[in-house]
Amino acid sequence: MTMVVNPGKRDRLWRSFVIATPYLWLVLFFLVPFAIVLKISFADPTVAQPPFTPFFDWSAGAGHKILATLDNYRFLLEDQLYLVSYLKSIKIALISTVLCLLLGFPMAYAIALTPYPWRNLLLLLVILPFWTSFLLRVYAWMVMLGKQGLINNLLISIGLIDRPLQMLYTDGAVYLGIVYTYVPFMILPLYATLEKLDLDLHEAAADLGARPLHVFRDVTLPLAMPGIIAGCLLVFIPALGEFVIPALLGGLDSLMIGRTLYDEFFVNRDWPLASAVAVVLLLILILPIMLFQRLQRETDT
Amino acid sequence: MRRSSTFLYSMLCFGYAFLYIPILVLMVYSFNNARLATVWGGFSTRWYSALLENSQILDAALLSLEIALVSATVATGLGTLAALGLNRMGRYRGRTVFTGMIAAPLVMPEVITGLSLLLLFVSLQELTGWPGSRGANTITIAHITFSMAYVAVIVQSRLAAMDQSLEEAAMDLGGRPYAVTLDITLPLIAPAMAAGWLLSFTLSLDDLVIASFTSGAGASTLPMVIFSKVKLGVTPEINALATIIIGIVTVGVVIAGWTMLRQQRQLANQQAR
Repeated sequence: MTMVVNPGKRDRLWRSFVIATPYLWLVLFFLVPFAIVLKISFADPTVAQPPFTPFFDWSAGAGHKILATLDNYRFLLEDQLYLVSYLKSIKIALISTVLCLLLGFPMAYAIALTPYPWRNLLLLLVILPFWTSFLLRVYAWMVMLGKQGLINNLLISIGLIDRPLQMLYTDGAVYLGIVYTYVPFMILPLYATLEKLDLDLHEAAADLGARPLHVFRDVTLPLAMPGIIAGCLLVFIPALGEFVIPALLGGLDSLMIGRTLYDEFFVNRDWPLASAVAVVLLLILILPIMLFQRLQRETDT
Repeated sequence: MRRSSTFLYSMLCFGYAFLYIPILVLMVYSFNNARLATVWGGFSTRWYSALLENSQILDAALLSLEIALVSATVATGLGTLAALGLNRMGRYRGRTVFTGMIAAPLVMPEVITGLSLLLLFVSLQELTGWPGSRGANTITIAHITFSMAYVAVIVQSRLAAMDQSLEEAAMDLGGRPYAVTLDITLPLIAPAMAAGWLLSFTLSLDDLVIASFTSGAGASTLPMVIFSKVKLGVTPEINALATIIIGIVTVGVVIAGWTMLRQQRQLANQQAR
């Protein structure tokens, strides 16, 4: 016996299944968690499990009293630590982004000028680090930069220095780590834009007597702008909230906000304050994220 | 050669040296007999044997593989559904929110994703008694959530680039939507789904921050164990582990890249004929 189901009904069921399953998943595990972070950022910390006061007081007689406090946000403004962390993160992320662009642009340009099949090999070499462990690649720099690391050993053996330099656990190491990790994110969108430009023509213009720098400034650069902006955002956004790189390569004073949040949560166990730190970080990121999504939509259409 | 290209190709060489020398140094040092990186104590595989005897690392590796397999598979399913929901289902209420929710996890700082999911699990625990204890289960859910966004983006770009005439013809001939999706769309997007699965698998294996937040006291994934060891300084066993992992990944990526190139060439040949 076969079940007779109205085909139209079955189609509607299929449609709701396709849309609703991922939709509900994201609402539950993406949207609701943010609401909770927002809620807890207005709570008082307590020594309890979980360590924050409830938002609604359900106890008898209290009614629906909302227990919200702005103390956490006030604390963020008053305590220098957080302001310094935010500003330092922005500074490190910005400078790293510029460094990535300075290294990534010539690389992407050179790849776009290389004939096939070599171009495929060069691209593969840029993509390969994406697939290898991020954590282990950051760790590789600990081997390079340590007091007994490769660079110090080399410098001592050629007699340039007699005592090892402090390179690991400094801000310089953090910049290095961020550029190293994120430069592929810069190269790929730049390459995708430059590839479409027919660079041979630009080079030809230079050969025909146009000043190469003028061609670059007046023609190539404006046309490559969408790729430059996309690449910069792809580096800046994750670099701003970065935790692993400052934690492994940075010194105790390398207070990037991701690390401050992590410590606030795991070391000080002040969940409401950590939530407030997260909310403010998100507010800082909203503008670049929206810019990026608008850019994506424009290139899609 | 023009002056500008000399500059460009020196930057290219410098860039690749910058990207690859640290990894190569790490791999060479994994065969160093001495405990300290200072001196070359001769070739040795002692750190590999030490690694094989380290049950903490092996257990963590198994746990990570388990989480990566499950989360990549579920994420591929959910992400594909999401891509279909955005690209083949026309208009419906809440579609804009849906688009935003798919794109947002890609750019969200890991510390925020981790923190928010942990707070969700703690709140759910209070309200419903689930998830009981945090560990592999909660890490898997967290990984599914960010991986499905990557899958959705990859599959969606394939769907957008695809010629819809086959699907439309099948519909015109009376095919039911679900049958058309299963018999026609799915085989065409299978390569994109495979790419999405691989990316999800890698992202899950690699994640430290989100796993640290969402895990409980008991469960430590491989990145969590690696992090706790290297936080204290250079560890020879981790050099050996890194060499193994990077070796496997490199072989995998090279094979995948080579197969893709060959397919492209075959396709080009067929079209030329």
